[in-house]
Amino acid sequence: MARLLTLMLNGRKRVDAVADNLLLLDYLRESLRLTGTKTGCDGGECGACTVLVDDRPRLSCLTLAASCEGRRVETVEGLAEGGRLAPVQQGFHEKLGAQCGYCTPGLIMASEGLLRRSGDPSETEIREALASNICRCTGYVKIIEAVQHAARLRAGGETR
Amino acid sequence: MSEGAVHTIGQYVPMVDGPEKVSGRAKYTADFIEPGTLAGRIFRSPHAHAEILEVDVSAAAALPGVVAIVTGADCDKTFGVLPVARTEHPLARERVRYCGEPVAAVAAVDDATAAQALKLITLKVRELPAYVTASEAMAPGAVALHDHRPGNIERDVFFELGDVAEGLAEADLVREKSYHCAEVCQNQMEMHAAVAEYDPVRERMTVHASTQVPYYVHLMLSQTLDMEMSRIRVVKPHVGGGFGSRTETLNVELIAALLARKAGGGRVRLVVNREETFITHRGRPETEIRLKIGLRKDGRITAVECECHQRGGAHSGYGIVTILYAGSMLYAIYDLKRVKYIGKRVLTNTPPCGAFRGHGTVDVRFAFEALLDEMAQSLGLDPFAVRRANALTAPTFTDNDLMVNSYGLPQCLDWVERESGWQARKGRLPKGKGLGMACSHYISGASKPVNWTGEPHATVKLKLDFDGSIVVLTGAAEIGQGSSTILVQSVGEVLGLDLTRIRIVTGDSEVVPKDNGSYSSRVTFMVGNAAIDAAQNLKTLLVAAAARKLDCRPEDIECLGEIYRAGAQDRGVSFEAVVTEALKDTGTITVTGNFSTIPASHGGKKYRGAAIGGTMGYSYSAQVVEVSVDEETGVVTVDQVWVAHDCGKALNRLTVEGQVQGSVWMGMGQAMSEETGYHGGLLLTGNMLDYRVPTIQDSPPIAVGIVESNDPYGPFGAKEAGEGSLAAFLPALTNAIAEATGLRFTDLPVTPDRVFAALEKRQRDKSAAPGKAA
Repeated sequence: MARLLTLMLNGRKRVDAVADNLLLLDYLRESLRLTGTKTGCDGGECGACTVLVDDRPRLSCLTLAASCEGRRVETVEGLAEGGRLAPVQQGFHEKLGAQCGYCTPGLIMASEGLLRRSGDPSETEIREALASNICRCTGYVKIIEAVQHAARLRAGGETR
Repeated sequence: MSEGAVHTIGQYVPMVDGPEKVSGRAKYTADFIEPGTLAGRIFRSPHAHAEILEVDVSAAAALPGVVAIVTGADCDKTFGVLPVARTEHPLARERVRYCGEPVAAVAAVDDATAAQALKLITLKVRELPAYVTASEAMAPGAVALHDHRPGNIERDVFFELGDVAEGLAEADLVREKSYHCAEVCQNQMEMHAAVAEYDPVRERMTVHASTQVPYYVHLMLSQTLDMEMSRIRVVKPHVGGGFGSRTETLNVELIAALLARKAGGGRVRLVVNREETFITHRGRPETEIRLKIGLRKDGRITAVECECHQRGGAHSGYGIVTILYAGSMLYAIYDLKRVKYIGKRVLTNTPPCGAFRGHGTVDVRFAFEALLDEMAQSLGLDPFAVRRANALTAPTFTDNDLMVNSYGLPQCLDWVERESGWQARKGRLPKGKGLGMACSHYISGASKPVNWTGEPHATVKLKLDFDGSIVVLTGAAEIGQGSSTILVQSVGEVLGLDLTRIRIVTGDSEVVPKDNGSYSSRVTFMVGNAAIDAAQNLKTLLVAAAARKLDCRPEDIECLGEIYRAGAQDRGVSFEAVVTEALKDTGTITVTGNFSTIPASHGGKKYRGAAIGGTMGYSYSAQVVEVSVDEETGVVTVDQVWVAHDCGKALNRLTVEGQVQGSVWMGMGQAMSEETGYHGGLLLTGNMLDYRVPTIQDSPPIAVGIVESNDPYGPFGAKEAGEGSLAAFLPALTNAIAEATGLRFTDLPVTPDRVFAALEKRQRDKSAAPGKAA
């Protein structure tokens, strides 16, 4: 069965016909071609598909698109404003939080969710918030630095 | 406009393709989603070893929406990375040799139809005995997996350089021990994917592939499709990590192309899932090592005898090279005089292994550094002093003819010893804590390429046009390691230009010069040198143009990047003006830069395969690992790592740090949690929960010390930075656990259950023999 899904996607209202069993991940990637959100596993193992639903990180591979009725969904494509990278993106870029970049959208969205909850997270909070996102390149050291840098950028303490 | 020449070499430079990656704009192979694309799926063997009697695809072919089906009957050609071992078919013919080997593939209008079609395919077989371990496969009477390899030995290696028996007789302590390392997978974040588009009118094939080696994919597409290379185009988009899993052509890209052609044209997108990616892993083989070392009281190693058996899997892949590296790379880190090596690469009914990061060197290095540490302790020697007592002096040639030009290991040792507080803290930590150290090394590209064509090892082209921008054209595969950034920096450095003037195009065979690909840490060294050569050739043209403009001799021109002038008093002319002048004669300028390795670095001929290990620059690494061991649970926590890496010269300190941290961490995964498991050939660990990759919660701070030995041949003095630090973690960990618990672990990974079992066993042994020390 299919239904009409109404949601706010990256700040804009959308109405789409979706199958009841369509995953949010496939809705974003296959239907809307928002391929920034990545598939990294066979379901719930890696965190690469993390998006924000009402500001909270969610695994889009374990979320039905239909369950997002009336909700705000944000993907990595929606973060930059006015053509400028968002602080969390700038943080990952400047501190080499991204190497191959494949886990990056998921980690960025999980980090953005954290930074919205906690403007100045401790290292422990960062580790807890990113514990379900696997990265195979960095060893996570520079990811922690990237999130800390992003927190400073958001606070306006450091512009570059 | 900047006043002077811009320099970025040696700085912290974010990656040139970073903005795409953090914004979601970077496209990976699976992201090429276009209307009308067919979905591909692979039907895989459920048997580990069997003779194929029949593959029946008739019911699947009759399913509405199915457009093409291919089986082994559609391709009788073989592929493989080594010209001497091309024995694999894209789809099995006559026999299946591992569980999960592709047997058939379907292209359908959508993925659901393709998935349904797979269920309609039937495979009839006659089962054969399956061998999951090397010893089973080598046992007398075992059925040969491949007829040309009786006894299932893919390659026997033997050499003895110097008199090992005499060396052992000179030692104050001789010890022999066995080590076991589990099979590990790269498990890069991007699952394997290929998009193949066949144009039946022009008979051309275009394949987008998640690969480290677009050129090798090109070769193997030509071979298996029986198509001229000129009709094939290979595109490597962004790639989500490699670590060696894509260092050879995989069946995925070949099957996608076979499907697209069988479909009569159009596009097929074949994205395999995580479990299939594990099956198509090309990881590090399960390895058994028997090692004997002779050590003198003054710390000198008198002899080494090493026997190494690798469970290679069902096809050769890089296997022959892997078993050779394991022996040759005993050398080039310490001054060894008497070495005997016996290697066996074994064919088994498991997915084929390949060239995982640190190719061939890691497991033997683990055994070597672990045994050396234990023997140093027995002789009451400081492990740092033992390494120093066996240091090489560069430049030198090793006994197996490896050319060592720069050697920063002593400085690496100094750095980690100082930063970890080793001398003050070792032996004085609280109960349950320990410090361990170890060393490792790696090559900066194999001096002899696997496909010897006589061409230079690397070629880079630069295009300079009316707009004053420089485009770097390179086949070097950016896979996240930062090669594009290093090449842009290298060109910018020679020309003194800001990086914003330089763009880079990579990975499209239609546009860029051929490159052998991203493996064996060859890119910075080889392609970097070619980029410098190209930039110097361009600079020569620009200087000549500036001299014409300023009416002086070219040798009087000073290049300040954005300004070219005829001496310090001259106001000079702008870069744009120089470009306009330079274009007058020829129009758009393209220049070429090349690099070839020198014959002296090609390794020797003292034994069969002795060229493997030859490189123009060895990197060196020393590491100290600090651990806490919870004796109640067996859980080992890595509290801190100090690593020093001699990369010759850090062209980009940010990416060198990132590469070194990533290598150390990947070594940690292998040492502590990662291992594949099979049940009768069936993979049990085909996901990231059962194959335990460390999370951010498991991962320690890693302090990186950069040692710069300024290699005489490296680009700006650089050597590799992305592999050499992996191996040292493994023994540094077990050496640290030895201090924390008194137990020396010889089986990797050191999982909590193994630690707990060993602690329990010690307790039982103590109780059984009261009054005796353990």
